[in-house]
Amino acid sequence: MQFDSWQAFWQMGGYAFYVWTSFGVTFLAMGLIVYSSASTHKKLLKDVAQESARQQRIAAAKQANQQAPKHNVTGEEV
Amino acid sequence: MWKWLHPYAKPERAYQLCSTLQPWFLWPALLCILVGSVWGLAFAPQDYQQGDSFRIIYIHVPSAILSMSTYVAMAVAALVGIVWQWRTAFMAMIAMAPVGAVITFVALFTGAAWGKPMWGTWWVWDARLTSELILLFLYLGVMALYGSFEDKQQAGKAAGVMAMVGVVNIPIIHYSVEWWNTLHQGATISKFDKPSIAPEMLWPLLVALLGFALFIAAVTVMRMKNEIIRREYHRPWVKEMVQQAQENNHAV
Amino acid sequence: MTTFSAALWTGIFKRDLALAFRQRSELAQPLMFLLMVVTLFPLGVGPGPATLQKIGPGVIWIAAILSSLLAMDRMFRDDFWDGSMEQYLLSGESVWAISAVKVLVHWLVSFVPLLILSPLLALFLNLTVQMYAALMLTLLLGTPLLSLMGAIAVGLTVGLQRGGVLLALLLIPVFIPLLIFATSAVDAAALQLPYRAHLAIIGAMLLAAMAAAPMAIAYALKVSQN
Repeated sequence: MQFDSWQAFWQMGGYAFYVWTSFGVTFLAMGLIVYSSASTHKKLLKDVAQESARQQRIAAAKQANQQAPKHNVTGEEV
Repeated sequence: MWKWLHPYAKPERAYQLCSTLQPWFLWPALLCILVGSVWGLAFAPQDYQQGDSFRIIYIHVPSAILSMSTYVAMAVAALVGIVWQWRTAFMAMIAMAPVGAVITFVALFTGAAWGKPMWGTWWVWDARLTSELILLFLYLGVMALYGSFEDKQQAGKAAGVMAMVGVVNIPIIHYSVEWWNTLHQGATISKFDKPSIAPEMLWPLLVALLGFALFIAAVTVMRMKNEIIRREYHRPWVKEMVQQAQENNHAV
Repeated sequence: MTTFSAALWTGIFKRDLALAFRQRSELAQPLMFLLMVVTLFPLGVGPGPATLQKIGPGVIWIAAILSSLLAMDRMFRDDFWDGSMEQYLLSGESVWAISAVKVLVHWLVSFVPLLILSPLLALFLNLTVQMYAALMLTLLLGTPLLSLMGAIAVGLTVGLQRGGVLLALLLIPVFIPLLIFATSAVDAAALQLPYRAHLAIIGAMLLAAMAAAPMAIAYALKVSQN
């Protein structure tokens, strides 16, 4: 350790503001891009799952329609 | 000789490869960045001229070096895509652009924050900062062009051409800006030109450099997976994969 | 080279020239813009002859780049939207040769008038005769480079509905080295220093662009045509 105390470490020889902002902004920017990539990934997976569920529902509905006896608007059997 | 590479031109195999590689890039990247930063911040010796402000070097220099390399990598991917008609190569290219832009921004920001105590002002038209700024413009241009097309296949090709035009220009821009800088400012203090750097200072720098490189690779494979899903939305393999992932989730 | 190809090239050349001169206002507007931008500078930074002489070369070059960006998209626009571009691509003739002809026409109709206008600009900004000579040489070598590099980006953005600002975003960073070398050549001339090296670099960039750009333009047009 190059510094005598924790306080000296945080002060960075008087350059605390510049050093800590640089590191802070860097890690913030890197964190943000990882977060955005990961959240996009989750959203995409969810979209795909929703889409395939929808497709399945449509297929199921079609099948049900074909099998079920046909009704007219008032619900009477034709 | 290159036969083993060809299966990865198929999006499905490329996706699997990305998934396999992701943890191998991400965790070592975070580890290296952590080690490099702590080592650089706390244990590396002070610079006798710049005091502790020089510690910004441990993020500025890796990001400055890698911002250029990422652009070159982008152009290589574009070249592969154009010459061999690989769709996945364009996806890799566009996956690299945002992370490259972020790294360029980091290089610019840390350069400015280092410049303030050294030069007394946040922004100097220093050769390296100026070329980083132009590099950021090039990244933004490629991303803007990609975003303007509805058809992403076409977008990838167009952005690829622009990336290659940019990469031809990068050395010209770099040297012209350097030359312009010496012309207008005469001999200024060049904070970056260190004829020799002490090994105790160099080691953490190399660790941080490796960490940043791995980080860029990790984010690239993450974004590439997204890009593949976005384009292969309706393919059966994507649906199967999502289903499997859900089942695994439920099992846990 | 077959006689057919040659006939096609001269045909395109003549047709494009005729079309350009029929739309005279579209040709004149960027020049008027250039003139007005240059007029703004003395008003904005003060009319001191020394100041103007100092910023003059940079102002003229920046104004030339900006005004050329305004008119750049007309290079392939009409051909693209009326379907001629599709015919060129389907014709089996080399697309890069056709695009080279079109770039040549673009240079003739948009930059040659600029060269003719340049003495007036030099007068406005108080350039000396040596500076003007250097400016003229850099414009002569540099503006074809603007046309060639611009054509690549125009080819990429021609199919987009709102390509105008995007075109500027793509091209401005690419034009920076040219701006640097051209203005410093004029600066060197102002100090009565030799500036042949600057011209040689601009010439080298021009030759490289002449060799590579037509192929990139052809590819860009194919991408746009999808």
